[in-house]
This record gives sequence, structure tokens and C-alpha cells, in this order.
Amino acid sequence: MKNIKVLGSGCTNCKTTVRLIEEAATECGVDIQLEKVEEIRDIVSYGVLSTPGVIVDGQIVHTGGIPSKEKIREWLTIN
Amino acid sequence: MPLRVFSQKHPLAFLWIAGAIWLGLYQLLIPLSESLVSVLPVDRNSHLGGALQFFFYDTPKVLMLLTGIVFIMGMINSYFTPERTRSLLARRGEGMANVMAACLGIVTPFCSCSAVPLFIGFVQAGVPLGVTFSFLISAPMVNEVALTLLFGLFGWKTALLYMSLGLTVAIVSGWIIGRLKMENHLEDWVRDIPRTEANVGDDALTLAERSSSGWNAVRDIVGKVWPYILVGIAIGAVIHGYVPEDFMASFMGKDAWWSVPLAIVIGVPMYTNAAGVIPIVQALLAKGAALGTVLAFMMSVIGLSLPETIILRKVLKMKLIVTFVGVVASGIMLVGYVFNAFL
Repeated sequence: MKNIKVLGSGCTNCKTTVRLIEEAATECGVDIQLEKVEEIRDIVSYGVLSTPGVIVDGQIVHTGGIPSKEKIREWLTIN
Repeated sequence: MPLRVFSQKHPLAFLWIAGAIWLGLYQLLIPLSESLVSVLPVDRNSHLGGALQFFFYDTPKVLMLLTGIVFIMGMINSYFTPERTRSLLARRGEGMANVMAACLGIVTPFCSCSAVPLFIGFVQAGVPLGVTFSFLISAPMVNEVALTLLFGLFGWKTALLYMSLGLTVAIVSGWIIGRLKMENHLEDWVRDIPRTEANVGDDALTLAERSSSGWNAVRDIVGKVWPYILVGIAIGAVIHGYVPEDFMASFMGKDAWWSVPLAIVIGVPMYTNAAGVIPIVQALLAKGAALGTVLAFMMSVIGLSLPETIILRKVLKMKLIVTFVGVVASGIMLVGYVFNAFL
């Protein structure tokens, strides 16, 4: 089970990112626990400057913009 | 997608070929638009003929310019992550740092909802408050979409003018805010956030990766703004053909002294992007509005928007917000007056 957090104040880019991750997880058949982090204080506490940011199992893997599907699949399949 | 594979395997060759095709097509735009009008049952010299030729020529021209410039900017952007920009600006004095921040604002990519995390991240890493503001003011105001459209519709002089004025407003406003020493008007929780080192990870990208980030930018930006542009050019074409010449002159002309502040007051609550505002700008200018007034309007729409100010309220106390808006609005107003006086 992967723990994934999407950091972002809730703009369209952040929502698209969440949707893409959900889709990719279903496609790859990977179990994920998806969390949205919308509070600015919490976003900043991860040291992320530009949103949407993505954190997989405690590691920042992406910031600033919508990640590509291929990239998301990589996160989901690499242990 | 074979094109994509080719562009990834031979990025340099791909960029040269794409550039050559782009230039070739661009040369063909005028003859193509003229021949398109000539096959229609419309007199080329009528109002309708003029409007149609304008539309057939301007639409592909502006879209091609936009695609080309957004692509190049997308590649340039890949050199300037917000993290790198922050470490470039951290712990510098004021003055030159304001200039640098304003210039970096043009090339550093971030979406408008990142303004607050970015602000906090900068302050946290020791970027002076005024320098941070220079960055935050120039970033939305001087952007590739605005510059492309100004260049495509009014020529390089107007585009260059807009860029230098936008930078000047950002540099001077940021510098003034820095001089006012308002660090204690940040919200308390922001001041209490522990300082961090501004370090950057190593993220050297290959040319292929940069070229694909160029494509992503094209898909993102051009994909989003093309309907605005189409509608805008259509409106522009109609006005071009039918509205009388001096229509706007009486209320947005040089002689109406109140037109500049009025343009700003109308502009600030409007929430649209550069692509949405330029067609309006085009229509206003074409019918006799003064350039300074129109540029001031445009800067206040995209540089000083109400929604962004409301978001910033989360980290800035009221007094600092009011100062920020006041300083930037004065700068924009000055730009408007100076232009109306000298052009």
C-alpha cells in the first residue's frame, strides 16, 4: 500500500493531478492511500514551493505542474 | 507517436527541422489569407472583405507565434525551477537583487495558486521581502502570452515597451516595499516558520527532456487559451471593419486625465488571463483609446488581480497588503500618464 499526498490549494491543476493518480492506480492495480493537503501551512512544512506537489511514502517526487501519466506509473510500480 | 519518438531520439535535428517548417509556414500566411478571401464571394475592398482577411491572417499568425514562443519559453523555463530561483536570490542585498528578481519572474514557471507557498518559501530562505515582491509582481504581469500577443498584434516595439515598463514597475515597487521595512507585517505564523537553507538538487536535464517540457508548455498554455484568442480576433475583426475611428477617444483618449485611474479601477476586479484581456486591448486601441491608458488597464488586470490579493491576505497583514496594492497601482498609474504624455 502506497501512501500518496497531493499538496495544493485546490486549483484545477491540483484536482487534475489527484484524478490522474487515481486513474493510474486503478489501471496498474496498485493499492494506494491518497491524501489531499490543502492547508498552506502544511504545504509549506514539506518545503514545497510550487504546487501541485506529490509525496510518495514520505518522499517528494514532484513539484510544480501536472505530472505525466508515465511518471505517475513509475511512482506506483517502483518499490 | 513516431514524431514524439524522433523528437526524443534526435532533439537537435528535430528542433532545426521544426524551426524551418515554422518559418516557411509563417512566410505563407499573407498569400494564403488573400487567396482564401479571393475564393469567397466577397469583395476584397468591402468592410466584410477587410474583416475576413484580417481574421484569416491574424488567427494563424497569432496561434503560430504563440506556439513558437511558448515552446521556447517552456524550454527556457526548464532551466529555472522555483527552487533554483530562490537560491539565486537568497541572502542578497536589495537593489540589484530587485532587478534580478523581476527578470527571474518572467522565466520561472509557477501557477498562480502557488503564489503563497512560493512567497513563504522565499521569505523562509532569507530572500528580502522587497525582492520577493519584485518577483511576485513581475511574474504574472510580464508573461509569455502577453508578450506574444502584443508582439503579434501591435509589433515588437509595443511588446518591448510593455516588458520594460512591467519590469520597471516590479523593480521599483519591490524596492520601495523593501525600504519600508515591513517585515513585522507578515502574519505571525509566517514569521515563526523556521528558516531553511536554500539548496538546490542537481537536476541537469537533457536536450530531449527540455524539448519535451517545451511541448508540455504548448499543450498546457496554447490548449487553454486558443478559444479566447479566436473569439478575441473575431471581435477585433468586426471592430476593424465596422466601428467608427474615434469612438473611444472621448473617454479613453489622452485628453481625459481621469481615464488612467479609471482604467485601473475597472481592471483590478476583472479576473482574466493575458489571452482574455488582449483582444479587449486591441479593440480599445484600434478605436482611439490612448496607449498609456490601455497598457495601464492591461497591467492592472493581470498584475494586480483581486483574487490573488485575497489569497495573499493569508500571509500578509492588512497594512502590508494595502501598501503593496497602493505602491503597485501608483506605479501602473505613472506608466499610464508618462505614456499618454510622451506618445
